[in-house]
Amino acid sequence: MIGGEAHLAIPVGGDDHVQGPDDAAVTLVEYGDYECPYCGQAFPIVQELQRVFTSTLRLVFRNLPLSNVHPHAEGAAEAAEAVALQGHFWPMHDLLFQHQRDLRAESLLQYAEQAGADAHQVAEVLARRGTRDRVENDLEGALRSGANGTPTFFVNGYRYDQSWDFATFREFIQAELDRT
Amino acid sequence: MADANGERTADDPGSSTTKGSPGEQLDLPKEPLQPGAPAPDFSLPETPDQRVTLSELRGPVVLIFYPADWSPVCGDELSMFQAASKLFAKQGGQLLGISVDGPWSHIAFRESRKLTFPLLADFEPKGQVSRAYGVYRSEEGSSARATFVLDRDHMIAWSYRSPIGIVPGVDGPLRALEALS
Repeated sequence: MIGGEAHLAIPVGGDDHVQGPDDAAVTLVEYGDYECPYCGQAFPIVQELQRVFTSTLRLVFRNLPLSNVHPHAEGAAEAAEAVALQGHFWPMHDLLFQHQRDLRAESLLQYAEQAGADAHQVAEVLARRGTRDRVENDLEGALRSGANGTPTFFVNGYRYDQSWDFATFREFIQAELDRT
Repeated sequence: MADANGERTADDPGSSTTKGSPGEQLDLPKEPLQPGAPAPDFSLPETPDQRVTLSELRGPVVLIFYPADWSPVCGDELSMFQAASKLFAKQGGQLLGISVDGPWSHIAFRESRKLTFPLLADFEPKGQVSRAYGVYRSEEGSSARATFVLDRDHMIAWSYRSPIGIVPGVDGPLRALEALS
């Protein structure tokens, strides 16, 4: 149970939001919170990793909203999942991280539209909390996997406990590629 | 965040180094109390005029010892427990945070992090309860980062001390609690 031995309780599956090739040698799962400043800092780093490891890295994003410290995190996560129902998860995910400081309900609908979704449908889903279960399931999966803050990364199923600055993270993923 | 201090965990008792510092009681445990041991009773302030007494609590208890209010790392750990509070409540587990900070610090910290479980002040005599559980760090003057799951008879069912610098998740105590029922 020390550090790196914590591992994903829920394997990557068909319900996940995935970028990158299915047969990638390395799968990076991020449990993140759209209002968390550290996740905001990690966002361009993860994008850079995706550029470097285009054909070998698969990225999965799951929700870990820490509502006690980030009052808008849960709403943003539910909005991202509502937009995902229309097939536009990733542009919404990017917009939320680019606008971390304004995650008010009306802004979320603007981002939804910018992401290519029908904002009325999104509003309707959010009004009935239609994606709350999805977000809560992600959260529970994170807790059962030993997530220990936001963001928590898992590389090929194991919690990544080193620094996620670009150089360290790239080196770790490269070593994982060399190993597999 | 490597385990540079060679800290051992509750799962790996190893060889115990007994450090005798002046005034230290020699019959106190030097390592975290292990499963099967009775949990030492305590009565600690939650606020300046309110105490929590272990033996007055019914049902299983999760004791979360942590080094200090306000340090970002502890904040993360307690936020994870907060996020998991519904899952712990489902098992009837009472969460209690414990550090050597005083009750006024706890009140402010708890408000700022919107924590719904009590934070207890192991403040006077300083670290007495942490010492009784074998998780006091005399050099630093603070509790170690350690978690205990107590069953409904308040016997220790599970314990874990984290390496310094690594924040544990809540998966371990949650599984231990669920295994009780």
